[in-house]
Order: sequence, then C-alpha cells, then structure tokens
Amino acid sequence: MNTVIIDYDAGNVKSLQFALERLGVEAQITHNIDSISSADKVVFPGQGEAASAMEKLRSKGLDTLIPKLRQPVLGICLGMQLLCKQTEEGNTQGLGILPSKVKRFPNIVKVPQMGWNTVNHNAEGLFEGITQDCYMYLVHSYFVPITPNTIAQTNYAGAYSVAVQKDNFYGVQFHPEKSSKDGLRLLENFLKF
Amino acid sequence: MLTKRIIPCLDIKDGRTVKGVNFVDLRDAGDPVELASRYSDEGADELVFLDISATEQKRKTLANLVLKVAATLDIPFTVGGGIRSVEDAKILLRNGADKVTINSAAVQRPDLINELTNNFGSQCVVVAIDAKKVDESWIVHLVGGKVPTKIELKEWAREAETRGAGEILFTSMDHDGTKKGFANNALAELTEILNIPIIASGGAGNSQHFVDAFTKGRADAALAASVFHFGEIKLPQLKRILNEENIPTRTIL
Repeated sequence: MNTVIIDYDAGNVKSLQFALERLGVEAQITHNIDSISSADKVVFPGQGEAASAMEKLRSKGLDTLIPKLRQPVLGICLGMQLLCKQTEEGNTQGLGILPSKVKRFPNIVKVPQMGWNTVNHNAEGLFEGITQDCYMYLVHSYFVPITPNTIAQTNYAGAYSVAVQKDNFYGVQFHPEKSSKDGLRLLENFLKF
Repeated sequence: MLTKRIIPCLDIKDGRTVKGVNFVDLRDAGDPVELASRYSDEGADELVFLDISATEQKRKTLANLVLKVAATLDIPFTVGGGIRSVEDAKILLRNGADKVTINSAAVQRPDLINELTNNFGSQCVVVAIDAKKVDESWIVHLVGGKVPTKIELKEWAREAETRGAGEILFTSMDHDGTKKGFANNALAELTEILNIPIIASGGAGNSQHFVDAFTKGRADAALAASVFHFGEIKLPQLKRILNEENIPTRTIL
C-alpha cells in the first residue's frame, strides 16, 4: 500500500510520519502531483494559519488536485478546516469539498483550545473499536460547526465537529498522531479503508 | 469536556536527564526517551524537555534527541532551552517537537515571540516566565530566576499574549523547590487578565497541590519535575484524586 503525506510546509509532519511508521507504513512526504494522485491513501496535515496555507497549496497546484482525489483522504487539524468552503481565519476560501464555514471560538473560552477533550463519535469507520467519549488531543482556535457531515463531536463553548466525512474525504480536528493509543487506532482504521 | 493537563518536566544535559530519577525498574533512568515513554504510559498528558547544557554541541544533540522522542512518543511535547531565533526553533519543530518554549531570550528581545508565531503559529509558542515577589509585586527574573528585571509579571504576560504567545508557563521562584504548593493567587490573577492557557509551575509537593492549582489557581495545566522523578507522586494516583475532586481529567485504562 502506498500512503503519502501532503507536503506544503504546514507544521509537524514528522510526528505523523512516525505514527504511521509505528503502524508499519512508510509514508512518503511529498507535494508531487503524480505521487499524490497515484497513492492509495492521502493524509492532508496542517498547522498554522489558513490564508498562508491556502497560498502554499495554490503555489504547488494542490488546491485543484485535492478536490479531485478519489482515494481515501484524511485531513488533520487545519487540513480538515481547509476541506471546508470557507474559514473566518483571514476570510479565506477553502477547498470547498464540504459546504461548511469554519468559525472562531468566542472569547468566553480560552483561545486556542489546547489539550485533551472527550470525543463523542459514530463508533464506525474511522472510530471502529475506539471507546465512546475517548480523549483526543486538540490545539486550535477555529472550529467546524455541526453539520450533516459530522461523524464526531466535542464541546468547547458549545458542540462542534471534530470529525467529518463526505464521500472519500475524512477530516479530524484533533491530532491522532498525538492522541496516544486511540489516535493510533484511528489512523489504523483509516489505513484499512 | 476539555481536561486539565499534567505535565512532567525533564531537565536535559548533553542528551541525558539530569535530575536524579528514582524509577527502580527503568533500564536507564538517564535516558530521556525511556523516561518519557514511561510517563506517557502512566497517563502524562504532555511532556516538557528543558535543555540546560551550554556546550557548542548543544543544538545538534538536542535536535537528535527530539527526533528520537518524536519517533517513540504519541503524546505532545514541548522543548526549550537556549532558543534565540526562528532557525533554532525550526530544527526542533521539524524534528517533531509540538511546541517550543522561550524564556529569557523573549524578555531580552520580545520580537522573538512575534517571529516565532508568524513562522510557526501561536500554538507552537510557549512563553515561560520566572517570577518572584519583590515588595508586594511579582517581578520577572532571567537566567533561571537569578537575575531580576524591572518588568512586572502581569504586564509581561499580557505583552506575550498580545505578541502571539499560545500559552504561558509561569514558574514562581518563591514556590519552586519548596513542595508547599503552587502560587495560586498569582495564577488566578493571570487567569483574570489572559485569554490563553496557563501552565502552573513551581511548588508541587503532593496531589492536593495540583487540585488547588486547578481550583484556586484556575490553571489549565500543571507542571512538576522531582515529585514525579522520585515517585513521590504517581501519575495514575494523581489522576484518580483529581477525578474524585471533579476536576476534568484524562484517565487512561
């Protein structure tokens, strides 16, 4: 199986690569269009600021490639947010795979949310075999509201999506590579799709 | 619900843990990777590695260590010690550190906070502040608490937040090493004025001190070193006590 991690200078991909390695998968970190197109599984990470991340995707031609992918794609953190149509962060247009608009947490809570939060999920697919209300590690200031695409949610100034799915596209707001055994199980589930 | 984090801190010198560690069944208590995995297995929510060596080789050794830790650990970790530039931080983050922490270098050149957050995002940047009470006001100290400045704690914490810090790690030099509890009043005052997470540090002696840091001090996370290294507080037991006190805590099976 050929798994790639999309490389667009978006933060800590080393830990992600190591996590996949623990599952026996040598993932290539690449921005090469052909390598990504022909991969069996695509991981789309992300950290940092949305507008500059979109700019980097555009400069590599990845903004038009990603929506066309037909193999399983997993967006992580900012990667999940960029699957959406729009984000309040820098009023940025995303990839538009999901119709959602990403919003900023209100200042009634600390921003960024940083730490382990309980995740209520649909108990299948990505979450198969993972305990209900498991803890996942989150670091973010913007969130995807609850939509028909939501497959897991948590609470921080209200309920919001921490995992979404549409067709072959999956997104998780938390960092599975930093979420101990449950996070690793989620990556394992994704690799089995 | 977002849980309160417990963070063991490992002091590193030339790639090895320095403070005496009293884990009888560890093969090599000086090996930061082995100690880190142990803490992770026991339920640590995050780890901090502070490099206190001052050799020329330092940067390279630390970068290699970070790579080894990232290969093994599946919880977040922060690395600090001698980071003075974007380049210093870049190699550590690229090798798998989730966050970097800066202290004196940020006081001496506050633009460093902006530079790091602009390059890597706020979520990567922890500003550590060492402070001590001098004539009724909390004064920021440099070089591990040895050198006083004229800067007041709250003023500096607010500036760090404005410049983009994602988190504040506040160590009370008055409480550090005393094992008499965290500086809860100062922590609560910081919580009043800041809208980013605050890590309490300095003073942990027993489990109740952690309970107090989260209730009285309203901290988001609490950090300690020797009480964990010497087994005076065991992580699973601490987590159980926090849970009993209705403090949202991540418990592992």
